[in-house]
Amino acid sequence: MRLRISAALNKGMTHQPLDGCVREGEAHAMTEKLHDIIAPYVGETGGLISAMHAVQAELGYLPEDVLPVAADLFNQTKAEVKGVISFYADFRDQRAGANHVRVCVAESCQSVGSRELVTALEERFALKLGETDLARELTIEPVYCLGLCSVSPAAEVNGKLVAKADADKIAERVEA
Amino acid sequence: MIKIYVPLDSAAIALGADEVAEAILSEAQKRDASVQLVRNGSRGMHWLEPLVEVEQEGKRIGFANVDEGDVSSLFEAGFLTKADHQSCIGEVDAHPFLAKQERLTFARCGIIDPLDIDAYQEHGGLVGLKRAIELNREEIVGDVMLSGLRGRGGAGFPAGIKCKTVSEAEADQKYIVCNADEGDSGTFADRMIMEGDPFCLIEGMAIAGLGVGATKGYIYLRSEYPVALKVLNQAIEIARENNLLGDNVLGSNRAFDLDVFVGAGAYICGEETSLLESLEGKRGQVRAKPPLPALEGLFGKPTLVHNVISLCSVPIILAKGGEYYADYGMGKSKGTLAFQLAGNIAQGGLVEKAFGLSLRTLIEDFGGGTRSGRPFRAVQIGGPLGAYLPEDLLDLPMDYETLAEHGAGVGHGGLVVFDDQVNLREQAHYAFEFCAEESCGKCTPCRVGAVRGTEVMERIAKGEDWAQNMVLLDDLCELMVDGSLCAMGGMTPIPVMSAKKHFPDDFEPDQAARAAE
Repeated sequence: MRLRISAALNKGMTHQPLDGCVREGEAHAMTEKLHDIIAPYVGETGGLISAMHAVQAELGYLPEDVLPVAADLFNQTKAEVKGVISFYADFRDQRAGANHVRVCVAESCQSVGSRELVTALEERFALKLGETDLARELTIEPVYCLGLCSVSPAAEVNGKLVAKADADKIAERVEA
Repeated sequence: MIKIYVPLDSAAIALGADEVAEAILSEAQKRDASVQLVRNGSRGMHWLEPLVEVEQEGKRIGFANVDEGDVSSLFEAGFLTKADHQSCIGEVDAHPFLAKQERLTFARCGIIDPLDIDAYQEHGGLVGLKRAIELNREEIVGDVMLSGLRGRGGAGFPAGIKCKTVSEAEADQKYIVCNADEGDSGTFADRMIMEGDPFCLIEGMAIAGLGVGATKGYIYLRSEYPVALKVLNQAIEIARENNLLGDNVLGSNRAFDLDVFVGAGAYICGEETSLLESLEGKRGQVRAKPPLPALEGLFGKPTLVHNVISLCSVPIILAKGGEYYADYGMGKSKGTLAFQLAGNIAQGGLVEKAFGLSLRTLIEDFGGGTRSGRPFRAVQIGGPLGAYLPEDLLDLPMDYETLAEHGAGVGHGGLVVFDDQVNLREQAHYAFEFCAEESCGKCTPCRVGAVRGTEVMERIAKGEDWAQNMVLLDDLCELMVDGSLCAMGGMTPIPVMSAKKHFPDDFEPDQAARAAE
């Protein structure tokens, strides 16, 4: 029942049927692309979240246009879709830097110096945790546990796991 | 053909196992050596990773901390047939860290190729599922009941009772949901078994499906575990090809199938109702209980939500009977627990033992003390919502009841060790920060309490109205315990209050102000 109500709201309020899109060229191509990525997940269990993973895997982030497309396909309001996206730390609205470093800041890593490791990285790269540099070459982010607690501190550089990490080990893996 | 084992476990990969495996293959080719490379799970001796094993005369000889640069010297020393290289640790099974364990759930982990279904059966796999097929639902649930198994995710709720509730619920569709959102720092047992013995989880879920009358299962896997995802997906495909999953499970005329669902970086989704919301594609906001998920779970249907290790314990319980499993352990804590030695520990890894051994045995005998070599100061048990305990409580036996009497919990069995460099006020502060970061926001005590908590801790650190803020801290914790909807807000006070109780010096104004400078 709830789905039907939200679908009605959606249709009534947004006035953005996909085929009648007034934006031209690139924007339209993006909408179509998003539609193609998202559509296979409709009807899957938890499909909206899996679809957002798929978009991010393809584009590196979730563009604003994802809202109307996903809302339309999943029969939800844009607000509902936005609510889901904003809940989860994995989803980003901007591409990460060309290099993406995630440093574990949870207890196990704290016990072997992750606080000092974060400070060392921040100084080395002149970036604060959570920031991307202006040239978009590097993003450093905190992560809460990578499951490598027996060999802490842990980090992940461009998708590759690093255990017993230190600033040198991480910097080596960051491509200049 | 000589068999060489190089783990595919994340901890090994993070220390260079992939590069080592590649180097071994190319070196073997160069030297025309006939080798078969097996990517096994980890044995759980993570401080020795990458741990390369070579099968020599029926024994597996280990070479520890192998770096890709060591590979040619290993070949030079004749490691395919001889055990004399500086990195050699002798027969792996005889290593005291492993020899002293009681591996029931982790019996195969690190030993077999995780995706070799024949090896799985040769090592005792599928016996439980085959027996379950011969039994009716009451008998399967009865065995789990008899085993005394309690939820291994942290809460320790009797698994048999949960199974019985779901089994007896009337519905056109029921679900098995495996909680693989292992977000607690200091825990990695779920990851290890999913990477090292995925068929064990699949078999456990299939048995649970037969036991409660569910035909569909989901593994809710955290996104931080890409290796586990890859292994699980491959294992599920193989399981389908071999009729472990599908419309006719091992010819039983009963259906059970499962899929992996990947979470999106929210710690709270380890809470079962939040997990169910997320699995429905929504914000992972906690639901009020009742109704229990056992009666109204996924899409409102009866759902058995269990942790990975709970479900992985089911195959051996069915294979050997509930009594066999219940013979391990003490009091109301039956069976074994996969203790995880983490943090500042010399020998980090996984120790599966019957309940009842002491923290000291785990940390000193198995763990070898702190990694830094400095004096031990504190251990946090059971993840970010677990208590910090001091040295004089290390002789407590690890079982649910004893720890509960001391305001702590076994939780998931993860132990994070700290040396004397730790400041417990900082750890208490972090507990609030973590709660503020990860709270789902549904209930006020957690959403607002966590933020107020960080503010109070900041004032205590600066020595600002110190005495009043210490009282305020007690008040806030009491409110969060009593008023929060789930364990996130309800248990955040545990690390805070245990730190304050056992390490009061760290909260003293002088030292606190000094530390803040």
